[in-house]
Amino acid sequence: MKIGFYPGCSLSGTAREYNESVKAVAKAFQIELVEIKDWNCCGASAAHNIDHVLALSLPARILALAEEQGLNEILVPCAACYNRLSSTQHRLLEDEQLKKKIVDTIEMKYNGNVRILNIIQFLEKYISNEIDQNITRKFSKKVACYYGCLLVRPNKVLDFDREEDPVSMDKIMKQLGANPLQWAFKTECCGAGLSVSKTSTVARLSGKILEDAVLRGAEAIIVACPMCHANLDMRRPEINNYLKKKTNIPVMYITQAIGIAIGLSEKELGLHRHFVPVNMDFDYL
Amino acid sequence: MEHAISDKTLKNKIYESTGISAARCYQCGKCSAGCPMGSEMDLPPNVLLRRLQLDSATEDDLVLGSESIWYCLNCETCISRCPQEVDLPVIMDFLRTISLKENKANPKAKKIIAFHRSFLKSIKLTGKLHEITLVADYKLNSMELMQDVKNVPAMLKKGKLHIIPETVKNLKSVKKIFSKTTGQKENKK
Repeated sequence: MKIGFYPGCSLSGTAREYNESVKAVAKAFQIELVEIKDWNCCGASAAHNIDHVLALSLPARILALAEEQGLNEILVPCAACYNRLSSTQHRLLEDEQLKKKIVDTIEMKYNGNVRILNIIQFLEKYISNEIDQNITRKFSKKVACYYGCLLVRPNKVLDFDREEDPVSMDKIMKQLGANPLQWAFKTECCGAGLSVSKTSTVARLSGKILEDAVLRGAEAIIVACPMCHANLDMRRPEINNYLKKKTNIPVMYITQAIGIAIGLSEKELGLHRHFVPVNMDFDYL
Repeated sequence: MEHAISDKTLKNKIYESTGISAARCYQCGKCSAGCPMGSEMDLPPNVLLRRLQLDSATEDDLVLGSESIWYCLNCETCISRCPQEVDLPVIMDFLRTISLKENKANPKAKKIIAFHRSFLKSIKLTGKLHEITLVADYKLNSMELMQDVKNVPAMLKKGKLHIIPETVKNLKSVKKIFSKTTGQKENKK
């Protein structure tokens, strides 16, 4: 089984452990991820804050490359890249004139028919049916599944899960033996791209998310976005400072949780790369 | 005195360029209630829309010079809940572009704008984001020289930073995209 793969910049840098765990889990289920050759950055929030044609052209080049390389389905694990790529595809599908303008800008053929999957859609489509028989240790913890903004909004464009109270990640965590909690901050914003330029805001927004998860007794927060992870994990000193208490709840990628449950090593999953250590025992079957 | 209603008001420019009508807003306030940045904004989302509806040059300048347009995180909560489907995130994108073009950006947003610019500069350089290039450039532009310095050793140790940037092979194709879009504008800065 082969599927196209767009890692994006975060996965090759600050979210290296996300990349490692996505690849390790795919390999464990015999799925080959074919990286789009010569991919570029999707432009993230910076591009559409400054210039909207640029913000559409950068993702369009990536999608055109995928088409050129015969990849009709691509996995995009970063929620921000997934959002940018999907929004671009949607806008160009709706507006023929705009599409022409973008095609002129990138000087490449573009049909717009590549299927874009976020990590949860990928897991649901190719892996969740196989999970049960492969579990070697139960992830028997209370968890808060945190979806953030970019995975679920705008629903009109992404058409994925429910935008106010999504449940897809909760279902997968349940399969692993976890107890996914009901909580209020599933889709609240972590502060995203203001992490460096307005850190106080990120401390406040991420702090509130963390506080609710802790108050409800969560033992781990499960995420599917490198920005959410960076803000909740790497910004923990600033968050603790805002909350005026020391929180040590770990933040893990959904692929790391699956990896643990199917018996992959902590190293393969990059757990040692987190700022907030993951010190957990799991029940071996 | 108040200006006469002209076709050139911001509200009309928004409509022309994006097809989104700020006039549809009936001030229910759901956007501001759900906005994670509402409490930090000088013009909360519904107030900003109301200002646009007034069709006045004075109000328009207030909007273009507001902190709000730079604090918007594009989290899309407002549009998800808007009963009138006024696509505020798209309006915000448009307002930021105009605010920069007309040199009306709020001084308090200086660091945020510097960060976006440094981000794009890094992509333009290699086709991919390189965190060290981005942060170094941002520090020089914002003069926040010491910010996050203490994180660097840990990030290196955890393998989260590349010293040498990865580069797109067909860099020309990426550079061309930049020169056709932001190119001329950015070079002047």
